Amino acid sequence: MDFLNAFVALSNFVLIPATAYGSQLALGALGVTLIYGILRFSNFAHGDTMAFGAMVTILVTWLFQAMGLSIYPLPTALLALPFGIAGTALMMLATDRWVYRFYREQKAKPIILVMVSLGVMFILNGVVRVIIGPGEQNFNDGARFIMRAKDFKVMTGLKEGLAFKSSQGITIVVTVIAVIALFWFLNRTRTGKSMRAYSDNEDLALLSGINPEKVVRVTWILAAILATTAGVLYGLDKAFKPFTYFQLLLPIFAAAIVGGLGNPLGAIAGGYIIAFSEVTLTYAWKKVAVYVLPESLKPDGLVQLLSTDYKFAVSFAILVVVLIFKPYGLFRGKAV
Amino acid sequence: MKNALLFGFVAVLYIATGMFQSWNTALAIFNMGLISAVMALGVNIQWGYAGLFNVGIMGFVALGGLATVFVAMPPVTEAWAAGGGRIIVALAMGAATVTGGVLAFKRMQPGRRRTLVVVAIFVVGFVVFRGLFDPARDAIESVNPSVTGYLGGMNLPIVFAWPLGGLLAGGVAWLIGKTALGLRSDYLAIATLGIAEIIIAVMKNEDWMARGVKNVVGLPRPVPYEVDLQDSASFVDRAVGLGLDPTIASSLWVKLLYASMFASVLLVLILLTQMALNSPWGRMMRAIRDNETAAEAMGKDVTRRHLQIFIIGSAICGMAGAMMTTLDGQLTPGTYQPLRFTFLIWVMVIVGGSGNNWGSVLGGFLIWWLWIQVEPIGGALMNIITLPLPDGSGLKEHLLDSVQHIRLLTMGIVLLLVLRFSPRGLIPEK
Repeated sequence: MDFLNAFVALSNFVLIPATAYGSQLALGALGVTLIYGILRFSNFAHGDTMAFGAMVTILVTWLFQAMGLSIYPLPTALLALPFGIAGTALMMLATDRWVYRFYREQKAKPIILVMVSLGVMFILNGVVRVIIGPGEQNFNDGARFIMRAKDFKVMTGLKEGLAFKSSQGITIVVTVIAVIALFWFLNRTRTGKSMRAYSDNEDLALLSGINPEKVVRVTWILAAILATTAGVLYGLDKAFKPFTYFQLLLPIFAAAIVGGLGNPLGAIAGGYIIAFSEVTLTYAWKKVAVYVLPESLKPDGLVQLLSTDYKFAVSFAILVVVLIFKPYGLFRGKAV
Repeated sequence: MKNALLFGFVAVLYIATGMFQSWNTALAIFNMGLISAVMALGVNIQWGYAGLFNVGIMGFVALGGLATVFVAMPPVTEAWAAGGGRIIVALAMGAATVTGGVLAFKRMQPGRRRTLVVVAIFVVGFVVFRGLFDPARDAIESVNPSVTGYLGGMNLPIVFAWPLGGLLAGGVAWLIGKTALGLRSDYLAIATLGIAEIIIAVMKNEDWMARGVKNVVGLPRPVPYEVDLQDSASFVDRAVGLGLDPTIASSLWVKLLYASMFASVLLVLILLTQMALNSPWGRMMRAIRDNETAAEAMGKDVTRRHLQIFIIGSAICGMAGAMMTTLDGQLTPGTYQPLRFTFLIWVMVIVGGSGNNWGSVLGGFLIWWLWIQVEPIGGALMNIITLPLPDGSGLKEHLLDSVQHIRLLTMGIVLLLVLRFSPRGLIPEK
């Protein structure tokens, strides 16, 4: 029984939150890695793209709420998500047309493109704050829980409760769907195959008649889909605040690099590695330890390895370790 | 000629601010402009000389700020008695763990035994470290937490913090450079982005060090206080003799003193950086930047040189950070924002002209002025735009509130326009 209680406590505080957070990071890292693979630069504007996508979705959600549309128990934001994606995709295509394409034609060094993405980041940051403000927005109007801690206790008779928030469930389901769809697209469709060919060897791909502009366009659209989905899911699960999205940049990049930049499978693995490390290292293990350890070994303190304020340090430490030992990531990415 | 005109134009901007707003405002902007110019010089050394992309400037600036507390605040003897020695032992233990782990990794034969030993060193070291550190920290933080609760500093003149801030920042830069240099260029960017966030997190949460988010206020000043000046009969006489109100005169005088201190630092730095740029060392750096492979083939140790320049540039940023905290008179870790302290400096360097020291200085003054003035200008514009809207309407209020975010937008647009149409900046590299 003690062991079961320990497992439930572990699931409640570590496994479920980390899986949800890992899914959000994985979606973000997939976007970063796709852009890196095709366009060959680290897009620093990705965090703010997520914020932009989430913002458009929130605005449409408010509109739907005003119109009285609802898909309760699911949050209205899911209904608004396609519109958010469309808005973000349009924004990204416009950015590419007006900003990035010039440098691509010049064959500018990747670092220049990184710098350009900084400029785009500034602008997106400003636009988001002007339109929706820098404050926190809570837009989850669906049912809060799939399973409440109290109900679980009554149901199983265990001492520990297991709460399963609907936002966590939605995150996991949507991520699975998005990842399956993405891999189907990359591996099975003609456009997806031409994208992979372009990423592997640009010159060879051009010689075999692949239209580079089309590949780039599709990449931006895919990145918009992934970024908006990640942004909305994160916002549903926690809350929407522009600055938090900027801060997500570090764990997202860490995830993409740990998995190997340019490698989609690696990005997913990296997302979960970062999320699980963050959560396990900043979790106070006392609750689990009291069930598993014998009476004499009961801990006095919280058994928290790191304070939660240092969660960025975890992604950073993993990043550094990977850079030292496996500079191309766990799943071999590509070098420039 | 063109360069002199550009500097003249920026001077006119500042003078116009003095005439139309107030000389106090103009001088305040000018002082921060001087500091911004120093930061831009530091970044220019990294980017312009060597092509290193550092997006952790905020972290190095914050370390400089931390140095001011270490140097200038009086020591809290009670806290030292409570846990000062213990915390130093704990930190030494932590450092020894890391060194031991790294040494074991380097010296032992690769294999399972090495992995086990390294992991064991880190795990045991971490447990011992926490065992020593936690009680010492709690003891220090419980000493009169509303006023002190930290170790305090060395009670030295605050000016000593400027070189110390540089040293601190340089030391951290060494650690980062060791891991991330020599790899793909984007990696340094991401590593520096991360370390900056971590430095800020440490400064916010380690109250025993510099009170964390409770802030250290009332840092000693290197210049007299306005109140003392107003009380001094000779100063009031002189101010009246010049036809000035003593209150205004005192604050102008203090700002001028600061300005002269910062300006002398800036001038010395320009002199040194110009000499470095035109020396054989500077030529080597540019050769490395323009073609790493060729430079390496000529026998230059590219990674070492990169490390060297990364440390120098970061140290300059740290020094500027110490100067800024001196000017503010307080350390407030909550105010360090990457957009303001990292990316704004980048805009200064790019707009001014990367690779050219004078360009960075110009960019520092120009962009800082713009950063401050965009808000009133944007506010005035927004007032005109929203004129047709009825008072009290939600949209009008929202638009007026959002004026403060327009600066981000403006900076982004300025950066993109310069990168597109004048990628070499206002004063290009020769």
